[in-house]
Amino acid sequence: MVSVTRRYPFSASHRLHSDALSDSDNVQLYGKCNNPFGHGHDYVLGVTVSGPVETETGLLVPLARLDELVETEVLRIFRFANINLDIPQFASLVPTTENIVAVITTILMDNWTAYLGRTAARLRAVRIQETPRNGFVGFVETGETSGSRSNREVVHA
Amino acid sequence: MFLTRKAEFSASHVCRLPGLSDEENRQLFGPGSNPSGHGHNYVLEVTVEGTPDPVTGMVVDLKHLKDIIEEAVIEPMDHRFLNFEVSPFDKVVPTTENLAAEIWRRLDSRLTGLGASLANVRLFETSDLFVDITREGSHPWSA
Repeated sequence: MVSVTRRYPFSASHRLHSDALSDSDNVQLYGKCNNPFGHGHDYVLGVTVSGPVETETGLLVPLARLDELVETEVLRIFRFANINLDIPQFASLVPTTENIVAVITTILMDNWTAYLGRTAARLRAVRIQETPRNGFVGFVETGETSGSRSNREVVHA
Repeated sequence: MFLTRKAEFSASHVCRLPGLSDEENRQLFGPGSNPSGHGHNYVLEVTVEGTPDPVTGMVVDLKHLKDIIEEAVIEPMDHRFLNFEVSPFDKVVPTTENLAAEIWRRLDSRLTGLGASLANVRLFETSDLFVDITREGSHPWSA
Protein backbone atom coordinates (compact mmCIF):
# COMPACT_ATOMS: atom_id res chain seq x y z
CA MET A 1 0.00 0.00 0.00
CA VAL A 2 1.26 3.44 -0.87
CA SER A 3 0.21 6.50 1.07
CA VAL A 4 1.07 10.18 0.96
CA THR A 5 0.94 12.29 4.11
CA ARG A 6 0.79 16.04 4.11
CA ARG A 7 1.17 18.10 7.29
CA TYR A 8 -0.63 21.42 7.75
CA PRO A 9 0.07 23.59 10.82
CA PHE A 10 -2.61 25.86 12.22
CA SER A 11 -3.02 27.77 15.49
CA ALA A 12 -6.31 27.94 17.36
CA SER A 13 -7.76 28.19 20.83
CA HIS A 14 -10.28 26.04 22.64
CA ARG A 15 -11.78 25.24 26.00
CA LEU A 16 -12.68 21.76 27.16
CA HIS A 17 -16.00 21.93 28.96
CA SER A 18 -18.98 19.62 28.86
CA ASP A 19 -22.42 21.08 29.57
CA ALA A 20 -23.45 17.61 30.71
CA LEU A 21 -21.14 17.86 33.73
CA SER A 22 -21.11 20.12 36.77
CA ASP A 23 -18.51 22.89 36.97
CA SER A 24 -16.52 21.00 39.58
CA ASP A 25 -16.67 17.77 37.55
CA ASN A 26 -15.43 19.71 34.50
CA VAL A 27 -12.49 21.06 36.46
CA GLN A 28 -11.71 17.60 37.77
CA LEU A 29 -11.92 15.99 34.32
CA TYR A 30 -10.31 18.58 32.08
CA GLY A 31 -8.03 20.34 34.59
CA LYS A 32 -6.23 23.34 33.12
CA CYS A 33 -8.01 22.80 29.81
CA ASN A 34 -11.26 23.86 31.49
CA ASN A 35 -10.00 27.43 32.09
CA PRO A 36 -13.08 29.58 31.25
CA PHE A 37 -11.04 31.90 29.06
CA GLY A 38 -9.73 29.07 26.93
CA HIS A 39 -6.17 28.50 25.73
CA GLY A 40 -4.44 27.81 22.44
CA HIS A 41 -2.20 25.39 20.59
CA ASP A 42 -0.09 25.22 17.47
CA TYR A 43 -1.85 22.23 16.01
CA VAL A 44 -0.46 20.18 13.15
CA LEU A 45 -3.01 18.43 10.96
CA GLY A 46 -1.75 15.37 9.09
CA VAL A 47 -3.78 14.12 6.13
CA THR A 48 -2.88 10.68 4.80
CA VAL A 49 -4.15 9.59 1.40
CA SER A 50 -3.71 6.11 -0.04
CA GLY A 51 -4.34 4.59 -3.44
CA PRO A 52 -2.63 3.60 -6.66
CA VAL A 53 0.20 5.69 -8.09
CA GLU A 54 -0.69 6.83 -11.59
CA THR A 55 1.90 5.32 -13.95
CA GLU A 56 2.36 8.32 -16.23
CA THR A 57 2.57 11.08 -13.65
CA GLY A 58 4.03 9.13 -10.73
CA LEU A 59 1.46 10.81 -8.48
CA LEU A 60 -0.96 9.26 -6.04
CA VAL A 61 -2.83 12.49 -5.51
CA PRO A 62 -2.41 15.93 -7.09
CA LEU A 63 -1.06 17.84 -4.10
CA ALA A 64 -2.34 21.19 -5.35
CA ARG A 65 -5.91 19.86 -5.23
CA LEU A 66 -5.44 18.30 -1.81
CA ASP A 67 -3.92 21.55 -0.53
CA GLU A 68 -6.86 23.50 -1.95
CA LEU A 69 -9.36 21.21 -0.24
CA VAL A 70 -7.61 21.43 3.13
CA GLU A 71 -6.96 25.16 2.87
CA THR A 72 -10.50 26.10 1.80
CA GLU A 73 -12.59 23.71 3.86
CA VAL A 74 -10.45 23.24 6.98
CA LEU A 75 -7.62 25.70 7.52
CA ARG A 76 -9.58 28.84 6.65
CA ILE A 77 -12.11 27.81 9.28
CA PHE A 78 -9.75 26.58 11.99
CA ARG A 79 -6.79 28.96 11.58
CA PHE A 80 -6.71 31.53 14.41
CA ALA A 81 -10.19 30.51 15.45
CA ASN A 82 -11.67 30.03 18.87
CA ILE A 83 -12.88 26.53 18.10
CA ASN A 84 -15.74 26.61 20.64
CA LEU A 85 -17.09 29.99 19.54
CA ASP A 86 -16.24 30.24 15.85
CA ILE A 87 -16.84 26.76 14.45
CA PRO A 88 -20.50 25.68 14.37
CA GLN A 89 -19.76 21.96 14.70
CA PHE A 90 -18.42 22.65 18.19
CA ALA A 91 -21.38 24.70 19.42
CA SER A 92 -22.33 21.75 21.62
CA LEU A 93 -19.42 19.39 20.99
CA VAL A 94 -16.38 19.46 23.28
CA PRO A 95 -13.35 20.38 21.14
CA THR A 96 -11.09 17.60 22.37
CA THR A 97 -8.48 16.62 19.83
CA GLU A 98 -10.42 13.37 19.32
CA ASN A 99 -13.50 15.36 18.29
CA ILE A 100 -11.45 17.72 16.10
CA VAL A 101 -10.08 14.67 14.26
CA ALA A 102 -13.63 13.38 13.72
CA VAL A 103 -15.01 16.75 12.54
CA ILE A 104 -12.14 17.35 10.11
CA THR A 105 -12.46 13.80 8.80
CA THR A 106 -16.14 14.43 8.06
CA ILE A 107 -15.36 17.75 6.33
CA LEU A 108 -12.70 16.12 4.15
CA MET A 109 -14.90 13.16 3.23
CA ASP A 110 -17.88 15.38 2.39
CA ASN A 111 -15.80 17.57 0.06
CA TRP A 112 -13.47 14.91 -1.35
CA THR A 113 -15.01 14.48 -4.78
CA ALA A 114 -15.70 18.21 -5.23
CA TYR A 115 -11.99 19.00 -5.02
CA LEU A 116 -10.31 15.81 -6.20
CA GLY A 117 -12.81 14.75 -8.85
CA ARG A 118 -12.92 11.16 -10.00
CA THR A 119 -9.93 9.72 -8.22
CA ALA A 120 -8.95 6.38 -6.75
CA ALA A 121 -7.11 8.23 -3.97
CA ARG A 122 -8.83 7.68 -0.64
CA LEU A 123 -8.60 9.47 2.67
CA ARG A 124 -6.74 6.99 4.85
CA ALA A 125 -6.06 8.80 8.10
CA VAL A 126 -6.38 12.14 9.83
CA ARG A 127 -3.93 13.03 12.56
CA ILE A 128 -3.88 16.03 14.83
CA GLN A 129 -0.81 16.85 16.83
CA GLU A 130 -2.06 19.12 19.61
CA THR A 131 1.41 19.63 21.06
CA PRO A 132 4.68 17.93 20.14
CA ARG A 133 3.93 15.43 22.92
CA ASN A 134 0.29 14.84 22.29
CA GLY A 135 -1.30 13.56 19.09
CA PHE A 136 -4.37 11.63 17.94
CA VAL A 137 -4.95 9.70 14.75
CA GLY A 138 -8.18 8.43 13.22
CA PHE A 139 -8.06 5.78 10.52
CA VAL A 140 -10.77 5.94 7.92
CA GLU A 141 -12.13 2.59 6.86
CA THR A 142 -13.83 3.11 3.56
CA GLY A 143 -15.24 0.90 0.88
CA GLU A 144 -14.49 1.58 -2.75
CA THR A 145 -15.64 5.17 -2.94
CA SER A 146 -14.25 7.96 -0.84
CA GLY A 147 -16.74 10.59 0.14
CA SER A 148 -19.68 8.26 0.27
CA ARG A 149 -21.78 9.22 3.25
CA SER A 150 -22.23 5.64 4.35
CA ASN A 151 -18.50 5.46 5.08
CA ARG A 152 -17.85 8.71 6.78
CA GLU A 153 -18.85 7.84 10.32
CA VAL A 154 -16.37 5.00 10.59
CA VAL A 155 -13.42 6.53 12.34
CA HIS A 156 -11.28 4.73 14.86
CA ALA A 157 -9.24 7.08 16.99
CA MET B 1 8.41 -6.58 16.07
CA PHE B 2 9.29 -3.54 14.01
CA LEU B 3 12.64 -1.85 13.85
CA THR B 4 13.20 1.47 12.07
CA ARG B 5 16.47 2.86 10.81
CA LYS B 6 16.75 6.43 9.59
CA ALA B 7 19.02 7.85 6.90
CA GLU B 8 19.32 11.11 5.02
CA PHE B 9 20.39 12.15 1.57
CA SER B 10 20.26 15.34 -0.44
CA ALA B 11 19.45 15.33 -4.13
CA SER B 12 17.97 17.45 -6.87
CA HIS B 13 15.20 16.53 -9.26
CA VAL B 14 12.63 17.94 -11.62
CA CYS B 15 9.07 16.67 -12.00
CA ARG B 16 7.70 17.25 -15.47
CA LEU B 17 6.33 15.29 -18.40
CA PRO B 18 7.80 16.00 -21.83
CA GLY B 19 4.38 15.66 -23.47
CA LEU B 20 2.86 18.49 -21.44
CA SER B 21 3.21 22.25 -21.78
CA ASP B 22 4.96 24.35 -19.13
CA GLU B 23 1.59 25.46 -17.79
CA GLU B 24 0.20 21.91 -17.66
CA ASN B 25 3.34 20.72 -15.88
CA ARG B 26 3.03 23.56 -13.39
CA GLN B 27 -0.58 22.67 -12.68
CA LEU B 28 0.27 19.00 -12.17
CA PHE B 29 3.58 19.20 -10.32
CA GLY B 30 3.58 22.78 -9.01
CA PRO B 31 6.87 24.68 -8.67
CA GLY B 32 8.69 21.32 -8.77
CA SER B 33 8.24 21.37 -12.54
CA ASN B 34 10.87 24.08 -13.01
CA PRO B 35 13.01 22.53 -15.80
CA SER B 36 16.27 23.59 -14.16
CA GLY B 37 15.55 21.39 -11.17
CA HIS B 38 15.61 21.96 -7.42
CA GLY B 39 16.70 19.97 -4.37
CA HIS B 40 15.58 18.43 -1.11
CA ASN B 41 17.08 17.01 2.04
CA TYR B 42 15.30 13.67 1.87
CA VAL B 43 14.83 11.71 5.09
CA LEU B 44 14.37 7.97 4.77
CA GLU B 45 12.93 5.70 7.45
CA VAL B 46 13.33 2.00 6.75
CA THR B 47 11.23 -0.32 8.90
CA VAL B 48 11.86 -4.06 9.01
CA GLU B 49 9.71 -6.67 10.69
CA GLY B 50 10.99 -9.80 12.39
CA THR B 51 11.37 -11.74 15.60
CA PRO B 52 14.34 -11.02 17.86
CA ASP B 53 16.94 -13.76 17.58
CA PRO B 54 16.89 -15.79 20.84
CA VAL B 55 20.69 -15.63 21.14
CA THR B 56 21.51 -12.06 20.01
CA GLY B 57 18.24 -10.42 21.02
CA MET B 58 18.26 -8.55 17.72
CA VAL B 59 15.61 -8.38 15.00
CA VAL B 60 18.35 -7.62 12.51
CA ASP B 61 22.02 -6.74 12.61
CA LEU B 62 21.79 -2.93 12.60
CA LYS B 63 25.22 -2.49 11.06
CA HIS B 64 24.23 -4.81 8.23
CA LEU B 65 20.98 -2.87 7.69
CA LYS B 66 22.87 0.42 7.75
CA ASP B 67 25.37 -0.87 5.18
CA ILE B 68 22.56 -2.04 2.88
CA ILE B 69 20.82 1.37 3.04
CA GLU B 70 24.15 3.08 2.41
CA GLU B 71 25.06 0.92 -0.56
CA ALA B 72 21.58 0.73 -2.16
CA VAL B 73 20.32 4.28 -1.58
CA ILE B 74 22.66 6.81 -0.03
CA GLU B 75 25.79 6.18 -2.06
CA PRO B 76 24.02 6.23 -5.45
CA MET B 77 21.55 9.06 -4.65
CA ASP B 78 23.24 11.50 -2.25
CA HIS B 79 24.25 14.77 -3.92
CA ARG B 80 22.97 13.58 -7.31
CA PHE B 81 20.54 15.00 -9.83
CA LEU B 82 18.07 12.12 -9.85
CA ASN B 83 16.75 12.64 -13.39
CA PHE B 84 20.24 12.53 -14.92
CA GLU B 85 22.19 10.26 -12.63
CA VAL B 86 19.93 7.67 -10.99
CA SER B 87 18.10 4.93 -12.88
CA PRO B 88 15.17 4.71 -13.71
CA PHE B 89 14.55 8.45 -13.32
CA ASP B 90 15.82 9.18 -16.81
CA LYS B 91 12.48 7.64 -17.89
CA VAL B 92 10.31 7.82 -14.76
CA VAL B 93 9.22 11.06 -13.06
CA PRO B 94 11.04 11.25 -9.69
CA THR B 95 8.00 12.12 -7.61
CA THR B 96 8.24 11.19 -3.93
CA GLU B 97 5.91 8.27 -4.71
CA ASN B 98 8.19 6.91 -7.44
CA LEU B 99 11.36 7.56 -5.46
CA ALA B 100 9.96 5.70 -2.45
CA ALA B 101 8.96 2.81 -4.73
CA GLU B 102 12.46 2.63 -6.23
CA ILE B 103 14.00 2.66 -2.74
CA TRP B 104 11.62 -0.15 -1.74
CA ARG B 105 12.74 -2.22 -4.76
CA ARG B 106 16.40 -1.68 -4.03
CA LEU B 107 16.08 -2.54 -0.33
CA ASP B 108 13.62 -5.42 -0.61
CA SER B 109 15.86 -7.52 -2.84
CA ARG B 110 18.89 -6.94 -0.63
CA LEU B 111 17.11 -7.66 2.65
CA THR B 112 16.14 -11.25 1.85
CA GLY B 113 18.16 -13.63 3.97
CA LEU B 114 18.69 -11.16 6.80
CA GLY B 115 16.03 -12.80 8.97
CA ALA B 116 13.79 -9.74 8.85
CA SER B 117 11.62 -8.49 6.03
CA LEU B 118 11.03 -4.98 4.77
CA ALA B 119 7.76 -3.73 6.28
CA ASN B 120 7.68 -0.01 5.49
CA VAL B 121 9.59 2.62 3.61
CA ARG B 122 8.84 6.19 4.62
CA LEU B 123 10.40 8.93 2.57
CA PHE B 124 10.16 12.58 3.62
CA GLU B 125 10.63 15.01 0.76
CA THR B 126 10.14 17.86 3.25
CA SER B 127 9.13 17.76 6.91
CA ASP B 128 5.53 18.37 5.79
CA LEU B 129 5.31 15.79 3.00
CA PHE B 130 6.09 12.11 3.12
CA VAL B 131 5.20 8.87 1.37
CA ASP B 132 4.80 5.47 3.02
CA ILE B 133 5.06 2.18 1.20
CA THR B 134 3.74 -0.56 3.43
CA ARG B 135 3.87 -4.29 2.86
CA GLU B 136 0.37 -5.74 2.61
CA GLY B 137 -0.68 -7.17 5.96
CA SER B 138 1.94 -5.19 7.83
CA HIS B 139 0.92 -2.23 9.98
CA PRO B 140 3.86 -0.29 11.36
CA TRP B 141 2.05 2.99 10.81
CA SER B 142 2.92 5.60 13.35
CA ALA B 143 2.66 8.97 11.54
